[in-house]
Amino acid sequence: MRIACPFCGERENGEFTYLGDASPKRPNFAVDGGESPERVEDAFYDYVYLRDNVAGVMREYWYHGGGCRSWLVAERNTVTHEFISVTAAPGAGAASAVRAGE
Amino acid sequence: MSGYSRSEPLARTAPMEANVRKGVTPASQSHRLPGDGIIDRRLPLQFSFDGKTMTGFAGDTLASALVANGVKLVGRSFKYHRPRGIVTAGSEEPSALVEMRTGARREPNTRATTQELYDGLIANSQNRWPSLRRDFMSINQLFAPIFVAGFYYKTFMWPAKFWESIYEPMIRRAAGLGKSAELPDPDHYDKAWAHCDVLVVGAGPAGLSAALAAGRAGSRVILVEEDTLIGGRLLSDGGEIDGLDAREWLRGAARELVSLPNVRIMTRTALFGVYDGGTYAALERVSDNVAMPDRHQVRQRIWRIVAKRSVVTAGAIERPIVFPGNDRPGVMMASAVRTYVNRFAALPGKRVALFTNNDDGWRTVETIERAGAHIVAVIDPRHEVPAQYQRLVDTYDLRVLAGVVSEVKGGVDGVRSIVVANDKNGLTQRIDTDCLAVSGGWNPNVGLSCFHRGKPTWREDIAAFVPGSAPKGMATAGAANGELSLSACLREGHGAGARAAAECGAAGKPGEASKADDEVYAIAPLWHVKGKGKAFVDFQHDVTASDVTLAQREGFESVEHLKRYTTLGMATDQGKTSNINGLAIMAEATGRTIPETGTTIYRPPYAPVAIGAFAGHHRDENFHATRLTPSHHWAAKQGAVFVDTGLWKRAQWYPRAGEKDWLETVTREVLAVRNGVGFCDVSTLGKVDVRGADAGVFLDRVYINSFSNLAVGKARYGLMLREDGIVYDDGTTSRLAEDHYFLTTTTAKAGPVMQHLEFCRQVLFPELDVQLTSATDQWAQFSIAGPNTRNLLRALADPSEDLTNEGFPFMGAREVKLRGGVTARLFRISFSGEMAFEISVPARYGAAMAENLMIAGKPYGVTPYGTEALGVMRIEKGHVAGPELNGTTTADDLGLGKMMSKKKDFIGRVMAGREALTAPNRQVVVGIKPIDKARRLRSGAHVIPKGAIPGPQTDQGYVTSVCFSPMLDQWIGLGLVERGRERTGEIIRIHDPLRNEDYEAEICSPVFYDPEGVRQRG
Repeated sequence: MRIACPFCGERENGEFTYLGDASPKRPNFAVDGGESPERVEDAFYDYVYLRDNVAGVMREYWYHGGGCRSWLVAERNTVTHEFISVTAAPGAGAASAVRAGE
Repeated sequence: MSGYSRSEPLARTAPMEANVRKGVTPASQSHRLPGDGIIDRRLPLQFSFDGKTMTGFAGDTLASALVANGVKLVGRSFKYHRPRGIVTAGSEEPSALVEMRTGARREPNTRATTQELYDGLIANSQNRWPSLRRDFMSINQLFAPIFVAGFYYKTFMWPAKFWESIYEPMIRRAAGLGKSAELPDPDHYDKAWAHCDVLVVGAGPAGLSAALAAGRAGSRVILVEEDTLIGGRLLSDGGEIDGLDAREWLRGAARELVSLPNVRIMTRTALFGVYDGGTYAALERVSDNVAMPDRHQVRQRIWRIVAKRSVVTAGAIERPIVFPGNDRPGVMMASAVRTYVNRFAALPGKRVALFTNNDDGWRTVETIERAGAHIVAVIDPRHEVPAQYQRLVDTYDLRVLAGVVSEVKGGVDGVRSIVVANDKNGLTQRIDTDCLAVSGGWNPNVGLSCFHRGKPTWREDIAAFVPGSAPKGMATAGAANGELSLSACLREGHGAGARAAAECGAAGKPGEASKADDEVYAIAPLWHVKGKGKAFVDFQHDVTASDVTLAQREGFESVEHLKRYTTLGMATDQGKTSNINGLAIMAEATGRTIPETGTTIYRPPYAPVAIGAFAGHHRDENFHATRLTPSHHWAAKQGAVFVDTGLWKRAQWYPRAGEKDWLETVTREVLAVRNGVGFCDVSTLGKVDVRGADAGVFLDRVYINSFSNLAVGKARYGLMLREDGIVYDDGTTSRLAEDHYFLTTTTAKAGPVMQHLEFCRQVLFPELDVQLTSATDQWAQFSIAGPNTRNLLRALADPSEDLTNEGFPFMGAREVKLRGGVTARLFRISFSGEMAFEISVPARYGAAMAENLMIAGKPYGVTPYGTEALGVMRIEKGHVAGPELNGTTTADDLGLGKMMSKKKDFIGRVMAGREALTAPNRQVVVGIKPIDKARRLRSGAHVIPKGAIPGPQTDQGYVTSVCFSPMLDQWIGLGLVERGRERTGEIIRIHDPLRNEDYEAEICSPVFYDPEGVRQRG
C-alpha cells in the first residue's frame, strides 16, 4: 500500500501507523457546566468504543511516525485499499496553532 | 541499463573465464546433440548427482545436463515413492526436485529445471532410502489401495496421544521432500526497492514487445524475467519475426533494450506477489548459479517494485494429460522436449512418441526429426491431422494414431513402451519408445492477475482459463492472456506496452509492433484417460485421478475442499501443472462445466521464496535495531552485564571479581547507594520538549494532575491515562521556563507516548499553541543517588551553583553550569528514595559525564549501578513500574487515585469513573513479605486467602514485582491484590503451581523503606 503524505509525498505504508475511524469526535464538556454525568459518560462511551465496520470508503487516522510525525486523515476504500484522499490533521505540521473556531 | 542487477540478459557468445578448458563433448554426455543450442561448449562444467560425477556445459540447467547424460530417474515421489523423472523445463516443474549443495547450504526441493549448472555443483535425489534405484519405501505402492485421499485424516485418528509420539514422527520420516540444512544459513540475503512507470513481467515475445514499446515511448521500464536469458519460448521454439530468424530478432531486441537508458532488465528475477497500490514483489536469485556467493555478495534479493502500470506477459504453462502411468520417468511435456533439444542440445529420447490433443504439440515432430532422432508415433485423439502439419506426415513418414495412451510400461529407468487405445473401436496396440512427449494444451499464467481475488474466465476455444479482471494498473498480454500464437503475442505485447506508457504520460513514439505469420491453434480438450493403473494429476503430492473422484464421492465437491482433502495443488509447485486437470476431472465427476466448478483462490507467492530472503539482513544481532546509551562503551569497559529493554541495551549490573552471583553484585550496588553514592544511566527514558504559550494547558489535558500551576524551576510526577480510563504511562515533568516544559516517559512507552501526545496536539486540541519535540536521543541523563550525592555534585558543578537544600530543594529543576563550562539540566528527583539528582547533558558528553562522575565521586566510593539495583530500590520504595502499569490498572489501583484532578477535563477522566473501574473489590497495589524470611518470593505467583482451595474462584491477585531487599534482608514484592489496602497485616497464601510452591506471606504497605520519605528530602 502507498500513502501520499501531504508533507512527504507518496510513501510505503510501513512508515505509517493506523489508528482507525476518524469520524468520532471527542466530546466537549465543561467540568462544572452542570451537565448530567450520565450523558457525558454515554457520549464518551460512544466516542471510545462504538465504531461502524465500514465496507467501502471510510475516513481514518494514520500517523506518519516513520516520516514527518504528522497525523493524517485519509479516505480509504476498505474493500479495495484504494486511497481517495489524504489530508493533514488540523494541527499537523509546524504551522501556528489553529485558533478555536477557525 | 542502470542495473545493480549483474545478470546478463543475452546468451553467452564468448568464454567468461580465461582458463577455458578445451575439450570435445565428454563421453558421459551420451544424449548431447551436435547442434547449436544456447550452451557454451568451450566451458565444460563438472557436477555430481547422487555421488556420480558427470559433465555439462555453461548455459545448462541441472535438468538439461541430466538429460544430456541420459539420466531419466531423478527422484522418488512424495507418498508412493514411485520413480520420477523430469517433466518440464521450467519453473512449473512438479517432479524433478533435488537436494542442492551440502552442509549448511543444503537446500531441499530445488527444481532441477531452474537450477543453473556450475562447476562443482553437488545435487542429490530426494525421498529414497537406501538408494534411488532400490528404494525401501516404494513398498508404499503395494499399500496404494488404502493410501488414498484423506488417508491421514482417516487412519491416524485414534488414540489421540499416539499422534505426537508415534504417528507424526513416522509420517515425517516416510514423507516430506528432502531434508533442510541443520546448520545456520551462512549466506546473506537482501531486500531492495525499485520504482518505475511500467513493469513488464516476463521477457518472452510479448514481454519484449511491451518493453520495447514502453521504452521507446520514454517510460521508465523494468523488465523482469525469471529465466537466466530473455526470450521465453523463442529460445526453444524459434520461428520467424520481421523476416528474421527468431534468435536473430531476439539479439536485436535485446540490443535495443540495453541501449535504452530508461529500461532496466532484471533476469533471474521471478515476480511472486502483487500488492496494493502498484507494489510488486520479486525474488532475484543473485548467486544461486555459483557454488557460493562472492565475498560480500548476497545469495538472493527480494525486490519491492513500485510501478504505475504493469504488463503481465508471463506466458502459459503446458498441461499434462492424466492417463495411467503418466508419471513414469521419460514421460515429458512436449514443450520441454523441444526446449531440451533446441535450447540445450540435449536429447530426452531417441525414439520419441508424441501424445497431443492440440496443434502446438505437433511442433515436436520437426524438432525431434531434425535432431536425428525419430518420432515413433503421433497419438492424437482428434482423429485428424491438423492441416498445417499434414506435410510432416509425408516428409517423415509419420505413424499417426487416432486414440489415446492408455498404459505406460517400463522400469525405474523409464518408459520402454506405451499402449495406445483407439477410443472408437477399442483396439489397442503397443509401441516401443524411450520418451513420451505429452501436450494437453496450454494454461495461461493467470495467477498474478488473480492475486487480488480476481476470478479468471473460461475460454472454450482454447479450453483454458484466461485473466478476468486484473488488479488496478495491470494489463495482461500474449500467452498469459490466452493469445497463444507468436504473431498475437508480438501485437498484444506491443499494444499493452504502448498503452501503459501513454497512461504514465510518456510522449514518445512506441514504434511499430514486430510481425510474424499467424498460426492456427486448435484443441480438443482431453483431461483424463481412464484405465488400469494410477493416473496422476498432481505429480508432486501424488494425487491421482481416483483420489479426485473419491473426494467427490465423499462429498468434497467444492474445489477448495478438493484441494485440502486431497492436497491437490498444495505442494511447492502450487499446482501449476495440476490444478486445472484436477478441477476438470471434478467437473466431469459432478456433471458440471469447468467454469461452474471454478478455481481455487490464487495467492502469492507465485514461486517458492526462502524465508531467509524475506528476513534479508534482519537476523541474529541485526534482527532489530540496537540502541546504545551514551555511556554504553564506558559501561562495557567496566564489565557491565547488559540487558535488552526494547531496542536498548542497558547495564543490568557491574560484577566485580570475587562476586559469586548477580545477587551479590546487585546487593553491593544497592548498599553502596543507600550508604554512600552511586549513579545509573537513565538516558533511555523518553524525553519530550514541550513549548508554547499553551504548554501548561496542554499537559493539564494529557495528565490526570495539573501542570499549568507548576512553578518554573520545579518538577512534578505525572500520570497519564488512556481515553478508556486505564493508566497509560508515568514520568516526571519539569518546568524550565514559563512556556517550556521537559517531559519524561518510561523507556518502554517513549515512542507510543510521543505518538499519543502528537495525536492530542494535532487532532484533539489543535487550537492550543504548543509544539512537541522528541529529545530522547539528544540528552544523556544520569541518576545520582545516595547520602553523598551533593558532595559529588559539588565537585562537578561550578562553585557558584547553590546546591544546598534551600538553594536546590526536593523536586527542584533548573539549568546549572558545570566546571568546564558545559550547561546541564539538574532535577532533584528520586526513584530510589535516597537524596538524589538526575543530571542531563547533551548526549555527546554522556561518556565523559560517566568518567567525571567516577572521578568526582572517588572520595565517596561512588558506585555505578545497573537496572537491577534500580529495580530493587524502587520496589523497596513501593514505586510502580511496568509490571504494575500493565494495561489493566487504574490510577486508584496504583494508589495514585488522589492525583486525579476534579477541576478539569483530561484524557481518560470520564471513562475512569465507570462502575467497574471504581469497584471496591478491585485488585490494588500492596506490599508482600513471605512469613518465612528465607523464602524467595517469585513474581507471577497467585494470592489466595489463607485456608482456601486454590482455583479461579479463590484467586485474589498475583505478585507483580519481586526483589531481594538488602535493607530488610529478605525477599519482598509488590502485588495486585483484591481490596489489598484494607488488608494490611493479613496473612495470605502464595500459590505458585508453575513452580510447585505454596507458602504464607503478609500483606503490607508497598513502601518498605523510609516510609516518611526523610532521606530523599535530606
